[in-house]
Amino acid sequence: MYVAVKGGERAIENAHAWLAKERRGDPDVPELSTAQIREQMALAVNRVMAEGSLYDPDLAALAIKQARGDLIEAIFLIRAYRTTLPRLMASTPVDTAVMAVTRRISATFKDAPGGQILGPTFDYTHRLLDFALLAEGEVPPAPTALTGPAQDMPHILSFLDRDGLIERAAPSDEIPPDLTRAPLELPADRALRLQALTRGDEGFVLGLAYSTQRGYGRNHAFVGELRIGTCPVEVDIPELGFAVEIGEIELTECETVNQFTGSKSQPPQFTRGYGLTFGQTERKAISMALVDRALRWRELGEDFTGAPAQDEEFVLSHCDNIQATGFLEHIKLPHYVDFQAELELIRSVRAAAFASREAAE
Amino acid sequence: MTTITRRDWMGVLARSAPARLAHLLGATPQHSILRNPEIGAVMVRGRAGATGAPFNLGEMTVTRCTLQLEDGLIGHAYVQGRDKAHAIRAAIVDAQMQGPDANDIFARIVSPLLLDENVRKAAIASKAAATKVEFFTMVRGVD
Repeated sequence: MYVAVKGGERAIENAHAWLAKERRGDPDVPELSTAQIREQMALAVNRVMAEGSLYDPDLAALAIKQARGDLIEAIFLIRAYRTTLPRLMASTPVDTAVMAVTRRISATFKDAPGGQILGPTFDYTHRLLDFALLAEGEVPPAPTALTGPAQDMPHILSFLDRDGLIERAAPSDEIPPDLTRAPLELPADRALRLQALTRGDEGFVLGLAYSTQRGYGRNHAFVGELRIGTCPVEVDIPELGFAVEIGEIELTECETVNQFTGSKSQPPQFTRGYGLTFGQTERKAISMALVDRALRWRELGEDFTGAPAQDEEFVLSHCDNIQATGFLEHIKLPHYVDFQAELELIRSVRAAAFASREAAE
Repeated sequence: MTTITRRDWMGVLARSAPARLAHLLGATPQHSILRNPEIGAVMVRGRAGATGAPFNLGEMTVTRCTLQLEDGLIGHAYVQGRDKAHAIRAAIVDAQMQGPDANDIFARIVSPLLLDENVRKAAIASKAAATKVEFFTMVRGVD
């Protein structure tokens, strides 16, 4: 049981004032603006939006500045802010087939219609520190090429789908359950799992995904397609009676092709894992797809091997870094009354133990 | 006569950069607010496997506003972000686009915004095109 304490206001105030000073750092170094964070720390901003579960680059940049670069603290700030916003409505599901792609690759088909586009990627860099970045300087413009007429970018897995080689992702118009509105109930359906994973901690989801690759719930994933780009978001406006676009968001989508299943009634088919995340967050989207696939064992008639990534209750109860850090960090707060009880208990147990030892002698 | 639909111009206004719209609109015409600019969240949904059942992806900030011009025309705005002045300007243009001056407003405001958008999209597409690759599989064990 936690018993509250009082007092310490002065010390707390002073600690927060010092925190503000430390946040600013050396005043001889120019202060960082939130616009600089938004533009130059874009992948940190993207992670905060994805796990904070709120798409707003300006607010994510502010949160990172306020949190001194502690991304989980920044995500906490965004989660707290989002609870203050009235929910106006839900969008119609985004259509990632019309994404204006900046990156689109396939590990399964080298001649994908629409082509493979590397985009602004760290892949194929040598991971050597670039000391030129120590000096401020202009960056040359990125090379461009003629684009020709706009080309469709069909989902690569739709080619496998057309031949019946992969399970269908049949459309539906069901209203999905919402983790932010109702407490998590198990067993969860896939929609709820996907919501939990897309806002889950990148490190935790990455670790689980890696464990499936190493054999704990193996499902042998290929990245059928990874695409990054912007998608319009559309909502139905009740007072107008039609849908309008309210803006554009950057998304990362990963579709995996996984080992096949088959049965007496169904011919063998490849199966799917799916990842969709806010911003340019591809490590997270790939991880999400692998864990999504691992969690589908029951639906696909696979064995439960006891692997953590297959265990829905384990994954969904622990993937949220704000829940996790909230519970973890509370143990550093005063627990004096709790501990006093433990102290008294151990003293009495020890006294009893000594007494019985003396009696035996 | 412009053929743009209301759905389309509302989309262009929502996606526009606030400073650019402010510049193109200039002084805001007289209007009365019917619904105060309100900042809220829209839950963005995706589909499992890109085409399957919907799921909740996360929220985005949105500002909405409804107002009426002096001539009685009513304008609505739903714009991404938390800029109330931007929502008011978008609603003003939405109302104006329904009135007798639609052609003029289109030429002066909506058409330049459309052009901005196309230029921005083309710039990104041409950078993407420069990173298009052709992978070749190497044949092993051939002399």
